[in-house]
Order: sequence, then structure tokens, then C-alpha cells
Amino acid sequence: MTTMTRPAVHKRSNADRLRQGLASGKFTAVLILLPPALILFSLFVILPLADAAYYSVFSWNGYGTPSNFVGTQNYTRLLDHSVFHTALWNTAKLILVSLIIQMPLALGLALLVYRKTPTNTLFRLVFFLPYILAEVAAGLIWSFVFDGDYGITAFMFQALGQESVYVLADRQWAFPAIMTVIVWKYFGFHMMIYIAALQSVPKDLIEAAKLEGAKPRQVALFVQIPLIKHAIVVSGFFAIIGSLQIFDIIIPMTNGGPSNSTHTIVTYLYTFGLSRLNIGFGSAAAVVLFVLAIGIALFYQRATAKEERA
Amino acid sequence: MSGATTTRNTLRVIVLILVASLVIGPLLASFFGGFKSNAELRTNPLGLPDTWNAENYVAIFLDGTFWRYLGNSFLISSMTVLLTLVVGAAAAYVFSQIRFFGSKMILSYLLLGLMFPFAAAILPLFIKVRDLGLLDTYWAVILPQTAFGLSLAILLFKAFFDQLPRELFEAAYVDGCSYLRFFWSFTLPLSTPILATVGVFVFVQSWNNFLLPLVVLNDRSIYTWPLGMMQFQGEYLTQWNMILAFVTLTITPAVIFFLAAQKYIVAGLTGGSVKG
Repeated sequence: MTTMTRPAVHKRSNADRLRQGLASGKFTAVLILLPPALILFSLFVILPLADAAYYSVFSWNGYGTPSNFVGTQNYTRLLDHSVFHTALWNTAKLILVSLIIQMPLALGLALLVYRKTPTNTLFRLVFFLPYILAEVAAGLIWSFVFDGDYGITAFMFQALGQESVYVLADRQWAFPAIMTVIVWKYFGFHMMIYIAALQSVPKDLIEAAKLEGAKPRQVALFVQIPLIKHAIVVSGFFAIIGSLQIFDIIIPMTNGGPSNSTHTIVTYLYTFGLSRLNIGFGSAAAVVLFVLAIGIALFYQRATAKEERA
Repeated sequence: MSGATTTRNTLRVIVLILVASLVIGPLLASFFGGFKSNAELRTNPLGLPDTWNAENYVAIFLDGTFWRYLGNSFLISSMTVLLTLVVGAAAAYVFSQIRFFGSKMILSYLLLGLMFPFAAAILPLFIKVRDLGLLDTYWAVILPQTAFGLSLAILLFKAFFDQLPRELFEAAYVDGCSYLRFFWSFTLPLSTPILATVGVFVFVQSWNNFLLPLVVLNDRSIYTWPLGMMQFQGEYLTQWNMILAFVTLTITPAVIFFLAAQKYIVAGLTGGSVKG
């Protein structure tokens, strides 16, 4: 017992001496090490977000100072714009597909490959590969797949003796095609999160369940999945926040078309805000995006916290 | 019993191979497509090329703009990594080692970036970058990218620094070491694993970034490769064999990099997911 406490006391007095001795160097260190991060972050993250709120009440093309105050007019125009409704609805669809198709797919595959074997490692790398590719590259590759003259879908239609469908030029099929690519691109990311969590589930718990006669499906459902709930919550958060920001894949695939049917919030604010230099109007869309992201994050945090307590 | 296990395992492998081929199929089609003629692409979009004709690849390889795009991207990504590591580690060190009034509030402020969607700031960022006279410069991409990467970097760095043994710091003090000196000579060298993880992550994000360069870069000589690729696609429109060769060549470095650095990428993912 005494040998346990003595070093502790020694340590504390050492720490006290430390604090005294370094009080002078402390502020120099803070003043040198902290400002670069604070300045960069304020200048390029916080200030632009505040600016977006400010610009959103002006009709402004981005040149000179904003002076044509229009109040909430940008917002009412936005909420009246049917393309913006489409963009919101498409974003909601992306969130749903991520939660209902992508996450269960990722979870199922994670359960199949989480054990550390050479073949599993290989499959894991393959499944994760699309995540590493640039969205633009993924979009272009899939534009080829869906091309009505050259692509793989065209080839399949012909093989079936059907007239080729120009998937990405078809109002009905363009967005489902985009959602397919998004699942393809991101399921590996979610799978990796689940794998990391599954590997930390104690082996004896699984063994115990098996000894009691649980089938693999039951082990997954009643032991493994409940124990990695935290990882699922986190991946759900990433899925939602990520869905809100989809941009890069849409641009090479459809650029928001055909007839504005595949816009998301971000392609909308880029197309109608920046490309046409309606900075005020685009900023209103940005504010909506911002509010949605924060709102969802807070709601999600509260909902999952409640569930964890229950 | 063992019969059921074998069936299950066979089923498992079939499912895995099926998903794997759906994942790899488009990538292989792209690689093969670069060797085909456009006519062959029409009749045989997925399979091996009849003759392995590398002229598309060679043409792009010999084209200086392709290398310029890659070079620009490499420069921008490297600078972003360097800046994020230095600035982020310095700030995280302060929060980890030095207690001072308001430090918790300042930390929360810097971590706000974890919740904010980058795209919501893109229009004002364009204005800001333009007003600073940085449009069409490397800094127009480097600085905002660094700023938006800082929150996650600081979070990961601080978690790592918090676990470094305090005894070390005390011993250093006895030898008369200052905070700054300690940061430089002890904390940073001891933190190579986390520096590598954050560095790889920031690099990949920067390398793949499209929206920010699209908005702040107009001059083609300064284009990053995703912009260059879109440009190229616009010029070659339906010459899919050329486009596929270009795409294949630009994603190859990313794939090689991924295979080399996968350890750190996965560490970054799981590290990031710990935050909850």
C-alpha cells in the first residue's frame, strides 16, 4: 500500500512545481501555437457561414457591396421554386437510401468479412476501393456504364432484344441511377466502421451464445449488432450529413438534368447561385442547407442519446 | 452439422464474389475500355479488348496537360497536408498540455467545423477568396481546405496527445524544457502514427476535392486533376475510349496510394468514429 501511494505524492508535487515553473512560458506558447488555427478557421469557416446568412437577404450578383436589401424575398422565391422542391426531395431520397439500403448492406457484409483472414482482408479492400476514388471519377465511369449507345446498360438492353434506354437522360431513371452509384461508392466506408466495432466485440460472448445453441443469424441479431449500436449510430450520422452534401457525383453524371430532375441542395445552390451569380439567392439555399444539417445533427444526437439511456 | 457449415460458407463466398464483381466491374470496364476502339466499345463494353491497343493511354501520357493537372493536385494536396498537420497539431497541443482560462470554449469553437457542411460556405468563400486576390492561385484551395480539415485534425491530435505519458513532460521540465521546445522535440516526434493517419486522410480528401477548385480556379493551367478530367470529358464528349483511358490513368495513383497507405486510412476511419 505504501509503495503505491508514495510515487503518487511525489508525482503531484512534481506537477505543482511544473505549473509554477512554466507559468511564464505558458502564455508565449499559447500565443504562438493557437492563433494560426483560430485565424484560419474563423476566416475560412465561421466567417463565410455568417456571410451566407448576411448575403441571403440581399439581391446581389457578388460585385461591389451588397446594397439591394430584399428581406426574406430570396427565401420565399426559393420555397416557391419547384426545382428546389425537387432538390429537397432528392436529398431526402438519398438519406433514405443510405439508411434503408446502404447501411444494412454494409452491416451484412461486415458480418461476413470482419474476421481476420487473408481472403476477408482481400474482400474488405475491394469493397472499400470505391470510397477512395474521387467522386468525379466514379461519376464519369458510371456515366459510361449508363450510356445509352456505348454503355453496359445499353449492351444489356440489346442482349435482351430491347430498345436501349438512355438512363441518365431519362427523368424516371436518372436519379435511381445516381443513387445506385452513391451506394456503390460509400457502402465500404460504413462497412469499415462496423468491422472495427465487430472486432472489438469480446469473443467469449459469441462463444457463449453459440454454446447455448444460437445460430449464426441469432448471434448476429442478438449479440453482435446490439453490441455495435454505437458504431451504427455514428455511421448513420455520417450517412445523413454526407447525403446532404452530395454534389460531385451528380455533376459528371447528369449536371442536375434532365430538366432539373436530379438536383440536390448543393447542385442547386451551385447552379442557381454561383453559375448565374445570384449570390444572395444561392446564399439563401446555403442557409437552408446549414439549418438542415445543424437541425438534423442536434435532433439525431438527442434521439440517439435518449435511446441509449432507455 | 459440418455439412450445414460448408453450405453456409459456400453461400457466403458466392455472395462476397457477387458483390465484389459488382464493385470492380465498372473499374475493369474502364481499364479495358481505354484499350478498345470506340466501335468495339459499342459491341463489347465489358469484356477484354480484342487487341490491346495502348494508343489512348500513350496519347494522354505524352500530353503535358495531364501531368500539369496531376502536378497541381499534388502540390495543393501536399501543402494542405503540411499546413493542417502543423497548425492542427500546434492547436491540439495547447488544448492537451496547457490549462488556461477559456480553453474549453475555444476548443468547442474549433470543433464546430465537424457539424458544418462545407458546401454551405462555398458562395461566400468564393467572394472571400476573390476579395483577398487569391482566385486562380494554389492558396485559394489550400487555405479553405486546411481550415475545414482543422476540426477533425485537432480532435484526433488531442485524443492522441492526451495519451502521451505525462512523466515524460515532467522529466523534460526538470531539464529546463519549455512548452514550445517540448512540442517540437517530444510531442511531434512521438506522434508519427497519428500524423500519418491524419495526413493520409487530409491528402485523399484534398486530392479528390472537386467543389472548391471548381469554384475558385478558372485558369486551366492551375486546374487540379478532377477539374482537368471534366474538361477532358467536355472535349472528347462521346469518345468514351479516350475518356475511360484518362479516368483510369488518373485513378491509378489513388489506388496505389490506397493500397500502400490502407493501414492509416482505416485507422483514420475508426479513429474518427470514436468521437460519437
